Amino acid sequence: MDFLAPVINGFGVVLEPMNLLYCLIGVVIGMLIGVLPGLGPAATIAILLPLTYGVEPVTAIIMLSGIFYGAQYGGTITSVLLRLPGEASSVVTVFDGFALARQGRAGTALGIAAIGSFFGGTVSIIGLTLLAPIVAGFALDFGPPEYTALAMLGILLVATVSNGSKLKSIIAASLGLMLATVGRDTFTGEARFTFDNLSLADGLDFVPIAMGIFGLGEILYNLEERHNKVQAPAKVANVWPSRKDLKESSGAIGRGSLLGFFLGILPGGGATIASLAAYAMEKKRAKNPERFGRGAVEGVAAPESANNAAATSSFIPLLTLGIPANATMAIIFGALLIQGVTPGPQLVQNDPELFWGVVNSMYIGNILLLIMSIPLVGIFVKILRVRAAILAPITVLITLIGVYTINNSIFDIWLVIVFGILGYLMKKFGFEPGPLVLAFVLGSLLEENLRRSLLVFGGDAAGFVTRPISGILLLVFVVVMFLPLLQKAFKRTRTTAPAVEALHDEKEKV
Amino acid sequence: MISASNEAVPGGSLKHAAAGNGTSPGIADDLVEPLTPEQLAAEWDEERPPHAGPLANVAAAVAAAALGIAGLAMSAGMGLGSPEKPEPGLWPFIISLVMIAMSVALLVFGRKKLDAEAFSSSSWQVAAGVATLVGFVLVVGVAGFEIPALLLTFVWLRFLGKETWRMSVLLSFAVTAAFYLIFVVALSVPIPHLF
Repeated sequence: MDFLAPVINGFGVVLEPMNLLYCLIGVVIGMLIGVLPGLGPAATIAILLPLTYGVEPVTAIIMLSGIFYGAQYGGTITSVLLRLPGEASSVVTVFDGFALARQGRAGTALGIAAIGSFFGGTVSIIGLTLLAPIVAGFALDFGPPEYTALAMLGILLVATVSNGSKLKSIIAASLGLMLATVGRDTFTGEARFTFDNLSLADGLDFVPIAMGIFGLGEILYNLEERHNKVQAPAKVANVWPSRKDLKESSGAIGRGSLLGFFLGILPGGGATIASLAAYAMEKKRAKNPERFGRGAVEGVAAPESANNAAATSSFIPLLTLGIPANATMAIIFGALLIQGVTPGPQLVQNDPELFWGVVNSMYIGNILLLIMSIPLVGIFVKILRVRAAILAPITVLITLIGVYTINNSIFDIWLVIVFGILGYLMKKFGFEPGPLVLAFVLGSLLEENLRRSLLVFGGDAAGFVTRPISGILLLVFVVVMFLPLLQKAFKRTRTTAPAVEALHDEKEKV
Repeated sequence: MISASNEAVPGGSLKHAAAGNGTSPGIADDLVEPLTPEQLAAEWDEERPPHAGPLANVAAAVAAAALGIAGLAMSAGMGLGSPEKPEPGLWPFIISLVMIAMSVALLVFGRKKLDAEAFSSSSWQVAAGVATLVGFVLVVGVAGFEIPALLLTFVWLRFLGKETWRMSVLLSFAVTAAFYLIFVVALSVPIPHLF
């Protein structure tokens, strides 16, 4: 019962009316941005960060995580009805989802996707509940060297797993680390890279950077390449899948959920990769793989279960180790820091209400999303007709006014614009914004732990290798570093699903 | 009124859009050619802006290297110290080194990768968008947010979004009013405002 008591208390936190309300707001926003073209969950969460200042930490994180997993549900709708993935994680759903829609079975596709998402999400929450305390307990005796190694590994994994050039991702990450050093040095108090500017003396804030690079950068980018085509969505008739469809897809849902759960835990993993892997796996297992792409229900069920499971389980590294696994988690990490909560192994013990409140809110969120995706799906289909051109100025104003409200500072608006331009240019030149923001978030933690460990070791860097856990983590670091070379040799022999990978490259959005 | 401005529906997507009306499952397959994932990837690829040549990667690498060199010089100026007694400059010095090394690697090995996008005439829209943002910040401290918000919304709707005049005027007033009601009246956020 020792273990269950805080879990049950967590439900008490969720059921407070304020938290229920924010959970609802979060999942509705998530569903909306999943359906609407343009902004992804990371951008939306970044833009809405100022909203979280006035509320309790647990309430804020409940809302932000609702946006994240809500977007996984919403992204399906455009994939199925318009053959336009609303989110990167729904790209593979396009193949069979749209094929089903063309056969007049759009409702079946949406219904199966919703049920799969719900199942995947729920499996993952249960896994999170069981696994997170264990991981956190294991990490409790991590010292500065382990954190140094872990942070380095986390940044490297996000940089290398993100598609696009690895070199560019590492350059982006080092820029993020550099930006984190601006301001007063925590050890000596000396000013670094402030150019005698008073506004920079305390360092750069996370919020304008995230809002600029993810939010404004994406808006500016869409300005150039706008999805102006508004197509008539396919008709949605009966959203309740038949018993036969459910039976056909139940295996795919189960496998997708498990695969998604495990891929979500890995740093650098996440919803997009999970959905691709689940689709590939189903296709490989199928007796008639040629059905895939022509309306196989499993082709919708597996990726949709997987992306939701992964979205949920990617909270594990964040909440237990304090290492965000992907760009969206980096923003949620930043949001927690703003609230004065440092995510890490101590979180489960020191702040059980926050931890279990957030985890358990996901049950409620998934139920709300299931309701929105099946009986209320018609409303969201109507929203498909809203054009990006109309949303763009509104999101811009929300960004500009929102960032001002944090410190009542015009300087912050300038920062958002500067980082918005940087984010736009990075996208144009093929640099992923994720590694930069993640590295910025982890930058001061990394430096602090590195310098602290060097002090402990008396300057002997060999100390990192001789400590078992940090040694292993650094070994993994080296392996990941040189993995691309190995993969190149490996890829020549492997021909599975090249098209899926091509699509992944095409439509990746953060 | 709403659909008046949707002129852009390139040929390719029209027939797919119509596919939704296919009622009989049996015939629908014959009505629209099914696209394999490869074809779909190719179709999306066509819709994307053209790739920029190796020059874009060279430019990016040079810019990053320059940033790294500047960081190197400045952090050396802060004092590096030694591993036993690191000084403030040590960490930025290491990062700058990584940045320079990666930029050189990009210059040497990665410049042929076509992952950068070329700028096109529509990139000017982005420049115009940024100009409206700068205008907004310059004015907001002096004259409050209402007038710049109204103008920004209007420009984005009419000129960047190609909405109709009527739609743009109506919507920009509506949006500004909504922001006023939400931020000033309801939330009493201390944003500079005229009224």
